Amino acid sequence: MADDQTASNRAYWRANLKWVGILMTIWFIVSYGCGILFVKQLNAIEMGGFKLGFWFAQQGSIYVFVILIAIYVKVMNGLDKKYGAKKS
Amino acid sequence: MDVQTWTYLLVGLTFALYIGIAIWARAGSTGEFYVAGGGVPALANGMATAADWMSAASFISMAGIISFTGYDGSVYLMGWTGGYVLLALLLAPYLRKFGKFTVPDFVGDRYYSKTARLVALICAIFISFTYVCGQMRGVGVVFSRFLSVEIELGVIIGMTIVFFYAVLGGMKGITYTQVAQYCVLIFAFMVPAIFISLMMTGNPIPQIGFGSEVTGEGVFLLDKLDGLSQELGFAPYTDGSKGMVDIFFITMALMVGTAGLPHVIIRFYTVKKVSAARVSAFWALLFIAILYTTAPAVAVFARTNLLENVPNKPYAEAPAWIKSWEDAGLIAWLDKNDDGKIQYAPGKVFEGNPSFDEKKRGENGERLITNTPTEGPNELYVDRDIMVLANPEIANLPNWVVALVAAGGLAAALSTAAGLLLVISTSVAHDLVKKTFAPGIDEKKELLIARCAAGFAVVIAGYFGINPPGFVAEVVAFAFGLAASSFFPVIILGIFSTRMNREGAISGMITGIVFTTAYIVYFKFINPGANSVENWWFGISPEGIGTLGMLINFAVAFLVSGFTKSPPQDVVDMVESIREPEAEGEELAVSDH
Repeated sequence: MADDQTASNRAYWRANLKWVGILMTIWFIVSYGCGILFVKQLNAIEMGGFKLGFWFAQQGSIYVFVILIAIYVKVMNGLDKKYGAKKS
Repeated sequence: MDVQTWTYLLVGLTFALYIGIAIWARAGSTGEFYVAGGGVPALANGMATAADWMSAASFISMAGIISFTGYDGSVYLMGWTGGYVLLALLLAPYLRKFGKFTVPDFVGDRYYSKTARLVALICAIFISFTYVCGQMRGVGVVFSRFLSVEIELGVIIGMTIVFFYAVLGGMKGITYTQVAQYCVLIFAFMVPAIFISLMMTGNPIPQIGFGSEVTGEGVFLLDKLDGLSQELGFAPYTDGSKGMVDIFFITMALMVGTAGLPHVIIRFYTVKKVSAARVSAFWALLFIAILYTTAPAVAVFARTNLLENVPNKPYAEAPAWIKSWEDAGLIAWLDKNDDGKIQYAPGKVFEGNPSFDEKKRGENGERLITNTPTEGPNELYVDRDIMVLANPEIANLPNWVVALVAAGGLAAALSTAAGLLLVISTSVAHDLVKKTFAPGIDEKKELLIARCAAGFAVVIAGYFGINPPGFVAEVVAFAFGLAASSFFPVIILGIFSTRMNREGAISGMITGIVFTTAYIVYFKFINPGANSVENWWFGISPEGIGTLGMLINFAVAFLVSGFTKSPPQDVVDMVESIREPEAEGEELAVSDH
């Protein structure tokens, strides 16, 4: 039993790391990518009255951050359920 | 009713509300005092965290800074919200699972070392103090402008209120007060923003409004602002003028620094379960995002109004808000070319902060300045902190809106100050006295020490609020750099590496701090003349150097831990246990050993 539990905990941790990795990559792309590194290129595109790079730096990145945490909450609740230890 | 009556009314009502809540929710045990007994609902905790997080800097200063720096101001928007993502994904759930009261607690246990705990403790206290002083100054500014009391008296009133509910209520009182403060501050921030957005662009949603066309002119607001800026010789608003490397490093330092702020981390101990910690992190960022996406819109509205209505107009015909803020000492005009008109251009008007000649006025009725003027053409000094507070007056909004903003600014400053005071008192009573010097004391005594420490901290913070050291801005850069280069790497490594040991963590923290401190102290205090881009390493300003300090911390920690003994088995077990899924129905007790 104890070994099963350890294996299940390992799998939980790996799934956790995978999701955190994915979400942090998106985090990096929207803020440092769109908002800073490629801001000049994106500014050539206009969206309504916004230059796109400027919009990402002052608006878009923040919206994405909120969505990222929402996804994280949902995914982790699912993982908790899937791998959750039974109360001993 | 006039502005002052409205302000007395609204500020009085909100203060009465805060005190009422504090009495209702006062703490009886150390658990309630430190972490509200771990029993606050996730939604309420999210609101409280948002109020805790958004300080006077977010409410009063941030939109002002963006207003004056345009795209460059994005570092604060991305930095302070992006750091929150780091906190929610990489730190909060694990620290909650760990289940002790404070960050120094975690560092001390994870690295089985009193030295590590002490280093973390000193950083926590230093960072918190730096922050509290800033809040107290915010309180002083609001009081002196809107209630026309002296800054001294304003700070003392603010101190008394905070003292009352922090010392009496502890975390429980603070949490529920902060819920109320969040409601006040967000309402106060949004109402004028919506009004102004509607007036300028016809769109009631500020986030969309600042990307819309100006009413009746057929030109996009941002394009108009870029044009106005360039006419006066400023960089286009949407381009900014800092180097890309510097923007990158400052954003990273702010993100990592905020993620390491002790008063926000401690909030995640106040919910019952790890899953609740995650949910409350979501609510908190949502509540924060409402203000943070509105702030850049407010910045654009304020800047456009300023550039359109003030430059090249005679002082005698200047709008009333110019004169009232001049009386408060936060706007100054120096008629360098004696034409009676206000010239506004890039560059400083004079050296240092304005000091006014109290006895006589200039020929146009302006307050005379005793500073040495610069050679540049700029004649108008505007303190960046006033933009949010002055915005309703600039847009001619009704008096109650102006008063509401004052009450909101106070809510933001007081909520953050209270959270920080709690960290200071917890650090002293729990980490320093109980864990380091007198392990035998009982709970009653510990609670008394915690309350005394909070009281003592209020008095010191109040002193610095009344006599702000000239280097407040420098010290704030310091606080973020320090949090980034000390806390963040050791906490991350403590969770995500089972191999990281005491030797690695301590040497990493110390090299990180020493490097960051040395860089900042050199450019800000020892040789401020050299503080320019040619002399910076890789073009990184002192504000962004914490990022490099953090990288050095990581590198040193890995290197040293590779050559020293692995951590003992019980520590490895502890790390494994905080990574495990939470059992269904499991509620973590907040243990005090």
